[in-house]
Amino acid sequence: MVVSVAATGPGTGAEPVSSTSFASRYVRDPLPRYRMPERSIPREAAYQIISDELMLDGNPRLNLASFVTTWMEPECDKLFMDSVNKNYVDMDEYPVTTELQNRCVNMIAHLFNASIKEDETAVGVGTVGSSEAIMLAGLAFKRKWQNKRKEQGKPCDKPNIVTGANVQVCWEKFARYFEVELKEVKLSEGYYVMDPVKAVEMVDENTICVAAILGSTLTGEFEDVKLLNDLLTKKNKETGWDVPIHVDAASGGFIAPFLYPELEWDFRLPLVKSINVSGHKYGLVYAGVGWVIWRCKEDLPEELIFHINYLGTDQPTFTLNFSKGSSQIIAQYYQLIRLGFEGYKNIMENCQENAAILREGIAATGRFDILSKDTGVPLVAFSLKDSSRFSVFDISENLRRFSWIVPAYTMPADAEHVAVLRVVIREDFSRSLSERLVSDIRKILHELDARATHTVTWVSTATAAAAQSDDDGVVAKKSALEIEGEVAARWRNAVNKKKGVC
Amino acid sequence: MVLTHVHDLDDAAAASAVVFASRYVQDPLPRYELGEKSISKEAAYQIIHDELLLDSSPRLNLASFVTTWMEPECDKLILEGINKNYADMDEYPVTTELQNRCVNIIARLFHAPVDASEKAVGVGTVGSSEAIMLAGLAFKRRWQNRRKAAGKPCDRPNIVTGANVQVCWEKFARYFEVELKEVKLREGCYVMDPDEAVRMVDENTICVAAILGSTLTGEFEDVKRLNDLLAAKNKRTGWDTPIHVDAASGGFIAPFLYPELEWDFRLPLVKSINVSGHKYGLVYAGVGWVIWRNKEELPEDLIFHINYLGADQPTFTLNFSKGSSQIIAQYYQLLRLGFEGYRNVMENCMESAQTLREGLERMGRFTIISKEQGVPLVAFTFKSKDETSLAFKLSSELRRFGWIVPAYTMPADLEHMAVLRVVVREDFGRPLAERFLSHVRMALEELDHLAKGGPVPRMRVTIELGPPARGSGEEASARVVKREAVVPVHRSVSLAGGKTKGVC
Repeated sequence: MVVSVAATGPGTGAEPVSSTSFASRYVRDPLPRYRMPERSIPREAAYQIISDELMLDGNPRLNLASFVTTWMEPECDKLFMDSVNKNYVDMDEYPVTTELQNRCVNMIAHLFNASIKEDETAVGVGTVGSSEAIMLAGLAFKRKWQNKRKEQGKPCDKPNIVTGANVQVCWEKFARYFEVELKEVKLSEGYYVMDPVKAVEMVDENTICVAAILGSTLTGEFEDVKLLNDLLTKKNKETGWDVPIHVDAASGGFIAPFLYPELEWDFRLPLVKSINVSGHKYGLVYAGVGWVIWRCKEDLPEELIFHINYLGTDQPTFTLNFSKGSSQIIAQYYQLIRLGFEGYKNIMENCQENAAILREGIAATGRFDILSKDTGVPLVAFSLKDSSRFSVFDISENLRRFSWIVPAYTMPADAEHVAVLRVVIREDFSRSLSERLVSDIRKILHELDARATHTVTWVSTATAAAAQSDDDGVVAKKSALEIEGEVAARWRNAVNKKKGVC
Repeated sequence: MVLTHVHDLDDAAAASAVVFASRYVQDPLPRYELGEKSISKEAAYQIIHDELLLDSSPRLNLASFVTTWMEPECDKLILEGINKNYADMDEYPVTTELQNRCVNIIARLFHAPVDASEKAVGVGTVGSSEAIMLAGLAFKRRWQNRRKAAGKPCDRPNIVTGANVQVCWEKFARYFEVELKEVKLREGCYVMDPDEAVRMVDENTICVAAILGSTLTGEFEDVKRLNDLLAAKNKRTGWDTPIHVDAASGGFIAPFLYPELEWDFRLPLVKSINVSGHKYGLVYAGVGWVIWRNKEELPEDLIFHINYLGADQPTFTLNFSKGSSQIIAQYYQLLRLGFEGYRNVMENCMESAQTLREGLERMGRFTIISKEQGVPLVAFTFKSKDETSLAFKLSSELRRFGWIVPAYTMPADLEHMAVLRVVVREDFGRPLAERFLSHVRMALEELDHLAKGGPVPRMRVTIELGPPARGSGEEASARVVKREAVVPVHRSVSLAGGKTKGVC
């Protein structure tokens, strides 16, 4: 508790206690940006100032760029705030919270058909997000591969990992920070995920694993993990290399079991050794929780695990982060018992339906190509059929005027010439919002059409006028369209670097 | 939103029932498999809330440095920002700017050599673990680049620290394949000895890590002495070994209580510093900061560039998506408290710590091993010989009153010492301190009473049953085969290959 200093009146520099925030000098003084301020200010003023600044952030519910959950039930918000002061890592002190994590791990492992017996506990851990989960999984693969190579007396200094060029930026981080080479299978027009055939071709003796994505960031597609498993099994047999698979199910992990239970992508495939999923995407929890599950104990090298003395028994842990909040873990357990299988299924079905409505509405404008598939993560990715007069970047910018945040991206290598708009359908994106978005897009198309036509007219009049007055008839001025085109191209190039689309 | 189905009569009745009257609190909870059906949100809330009642009270958790109380206005801000994914910089530019402001403010607090309007180099993390890994990565990469440029091998990097380091240094070493060279402790010196540390530095050392606020005793290590000795060695060898200061606890204490103490960027060899926002930065768990001296200390190839509002936003973190609430809360505290506010809070903590220390000393049973200067905590051991088991027993007794005071054994080479440690946080005022002392007195009385009268001595007897003696009329006969005294043994979990509990 900050001891309140009883200093009021002129000359003390304090405001009279009865001042309202907006009458006080606190909203006149410039905000600290580089230096810590000397004096304290009242809590109400601090709250008001910061809350006001944050009004200018985008509205999370209208942020259609993100998969990450933006709404939870008020009961869950209550649980959240109740546990906001619990440090998750104090396992001795908060044993129930720790047990809730263990229950979540087991439930998710069973959801992914991990081969665990009745009385056995699953091998997995809660993380801050899929980034940490992927780094842990990658570390396990790297260590297992190194140990194998050392046993064989072979060099283990050049590990690599094979993925599609459509991977999320955290794989690149893993590669760079943990000194593993990233071998990317390039995309091609019309084919925006990793091609299993090409991937298996790229596998060599230094490959620590092949990473497949269930729910590609850009188009929401599920990669064909079964085909990858079958091709890789054959190659392993031929070469004796024993290369495993990791499935990055950050988005798809909480969708496939409910909408596509027959789809074999998880531990039902023998080469899949670990899976990560984001609790904060379709796990329906606020940002800050992910899960990584291993097939069995053997897939997680013992030397990476730290053993904590937890209530006199051994609690093994394997995480990068240590202290962190407990709220998201508790919220995940809330969702799992609150919704159960039928609840999650209902929500995913709703998302799929709303995605279909959106897709049909956008297709009906006649101006877009839909790049996302019908199955997969409920999102709609679409590109302009004709980008000569304006681009998807223009549409994205104009949608901001209506408060929608819909990002525009260029595809990665080798499809950089394709630019898409992507709308993610989350739990809280209802049909009415869908229809409103379509009507706003129509309005924008109408405006952009009118503007483009207007500019062409203006320029042709201007160039005609210039041509008349100029002797040799050379038009020196750049047309407004050319300038627009240049700006769009420069913008496109800037975004082309790994944006960390997530 | 979960669509409400039109239930049949049975379910409708259940839905309107009081939670504790419903079947939801009778059905066994799903533990290993996802339940088939949904349950009502009130029931879900109540069930989980009730289970969590059996967790300890965070405010009485005297084991942890991590903040357990914030002002209600800040709680409001936290709840308002709860659905913002911090990684979406484009979408939440103000939140991103708040992080940048925090970095700049903290960098200047540490006397980073930046001009008034220059941008400091640093980043917000989930905690000091991530911060340390990032700092360590930067050192490792710089060292590798230097070695490659000199045509020397770079496959065996090492880092020199004291054996008193927090477990995250060991994690960094294990996961990023760096050897950890620990300076062992000795009786009376519970921190890294700078002379010994500098002696252990070799050409493969990527950095020497000093701690400002040792986990076990709260002491500040002598970073200045380390700097001077290391500078001399660097001059001799030409190795250019840098220093990292792990100021997880001390970073928000030293600038306010000991402004003359030179431990930060005022020392030329200090290249990066980490501090936990969620310790004495006075924010709930989930935020840390790492600051670099300048751009050159952070190798460009580790940085990812995000296109942020048309401008370049460089980022260097391990985590990506995470909540924004803690960053906003940190800015709230910096703005709300200012320099005088933080100083007042720290001074209060030191006074409470002093009350505790004097109270414990007066009881005559304890040796205080924490120093007066440093992090506000009191670490103490029993004076008597039987101290190891007594410390754990006292810890157990105090739990009965609701306090969580952990007992730890010291690391190498002092494993025979068991220490009790009470951390004084912002929300541990004098009234609580005095109540704690009275509970310690009561607990000691209880322990003494038990030791004197003690439990009934136990004996284990092995008996062999046999056929009854003829004519005895008995059903069976018994014969004592073996008699042995049973001495209760403290089961301790072995320190499997290094640090376990991660006292933090």
